[in-house]
Amino acid sequence: MTQHKSYEEINDKIKKGSAVILAASEVSSLSKEMKPSEIAKKVDVITTGTFAPMCSSGAFLNFGHTEPAMRMEELTLNDVPAYGGIAAVDAYIGATAEKTGDAEYGGAHVIEDLINGKGVYLKTKGKGTDCYPGKRWEGYINKESINEMIMFNPRNAYQNYASAVNGSKRTIYTYMGVLLPGFTNCTYSTSGELSPLINDPDCRTIGVGTAIFLGGTRGFISSAGTQFNKGREKNSAGISMGPAATIAVTGDMKKMSSEFIKAAVFERYGVTLFVGIGIPIPVLDEEIARNVAVKNSEIETYIYDYANSGEIIRKVNYEELQSGTVEIHNKKVKTAPLSSISKARKISELLKKSVFDGSFRITRPAEMFDISPSQLKKLGANTGGIR
Amino acid sequence: MKSRLVLNFSTELADTPATFSLVRDYGLSINILKAEILPGRGGELFIEVEGTKSGISQGIEFLQNKGVTVEGIDKRIKFNENNCVSCGACTAVCFSGTLQIKSPDWELEFDLSKCVVCGLCVKACPLKLFEISFGG
Repeated sequence: MTQHKSYEEINDKIKKGSAVILAASEVSSLSKEMKPSEIAKKVDVITTGTFAPMCSSGAFLNFGHTEPAMRMEELTLNDVPAYGGIAAVDAYIGATAEKTGDAEYGGAHVIEDLINGKGVYLKTKGKGTDCYPGKRWEGYINKESINEMIMFNPRNAYQNYASAVNGSKRTIYTYMGVLLPGFTNCTYSTSGELSPLINDPDCRTIGVGTAIFLGGTRGFISSAGTQFNKGREKNSAGISMGPAATIAVTGDMKKMSSEFIKAAVFERYGVTLFVGIGIPIPVLDEEIARNVAVKNSEIETYIYDYANSGEIIRKVNYEELQSGTVEIHNKKVKTAPLSSISKARKISELLKKSVFDGSFRITRPAEMFDISPSQLKKLGANTGGIR
Repeated sequence: MKSRLVLNFSTELADTPATFSLVRDYGLSINILKAEILPGRGGELFIEVEGTKSGISQGIEFLQNKGVTVEGIDKRIKFNENNCVSCGACTAVCFSGTLQIKSPDWELEFDLSKCVVCGLCVKACPLKLFEISFGG
């Protein structure tokens, strides 16, 4: 490694206004003219972005105490069940929880309504104790009337993802969208070369404590995400070929904007949440420069038949997926994204601006993720489990 | 010029050869894109008419005089474009070219003049931004 920069040097350059900060899309095109060593010398930070449905999302809320005080054990928000199995007036609202009898409104909508400052109807019960004698409370709450709303998403920003088709004879409705029978359409869901974890395939700069753009404000990575798959096969460009690394993220939901957090409903699947995430990657050395210069043609994944227990149909790269058609069984099949590439780009550009003007400091991770290879565990068929 | 129209017939008008008259008397060329007959409640026809401007307006007047309700397709399809996040999920099921998303800007393009009212976007949009009223 000929070139090496430290976090301090990069932050110094940002402070002096001499740092070169590029959005991920700009680096990918730059790599056509410049070698990684030159990129490492010239570019200090690249900013990435993604805006996609991320089911494993939700928020901790603290409502403030009632009069008389109560231990909120069961609660709903706009009739969507929230989790009350934590301290008296704390709760967790999960994005995919659905309103009883209405599959088109759920936790994600409660989250978006709260962010937008709308009143949300809280209904809660407790058994009543000596120190918490209250048993019921019902009424409106909003973002100003409650103490905290802390978004905490256990698994976001998947490093790469599968692509989906339907080889059966009927339309199937999935979290990968409406898939028409007989291999008629093909969906995919990452922002390709803009995607945060694809730009740092070995998590050399992304770790516990990394400051990120989350839903329109500054948030943090709290740990590796759930289902972090360290055993995923990598291609010759070092890219995991399918869902691999994930991050758990947190941020102050009171400061978020519904421009970057959006409730969604996938027909006959359920409610989920579009989450906007951006991660700045400091270009510390040549290897990182090579990683951030990754092009869509180098990012590969597999197309799976979602109607046939995930049978692999073929390998594909994101240049093909983003071209509008892919070939499957000698037929041109229409492709469509589920992840908003225009929003991802907007996020990477906003982040670029705020890194440049110094309002968003680059942080060194407090601790790196454990990326030593291991296999994901499975519960498997229901034959009694393992005691 | 071309125009895409939705014709609503009451039960009493079901046996009127209305489209035939449009061709013969007003020189219009008709492309039937969708038709639905609602037992006991008449029916709806979604057509593209092509002809002179006056031919089309006289044809519409003829239908209205017969008691057929005529509406532009824009009255039947609502797309809440302002809330669109350009995810692209709707483009997976749109084969008419109405909904497209592509490089370089990746913003959803919506061209109502190509719509064939298949209705699949209503289910495919995760933000539920489409509303279509046609037939039953």
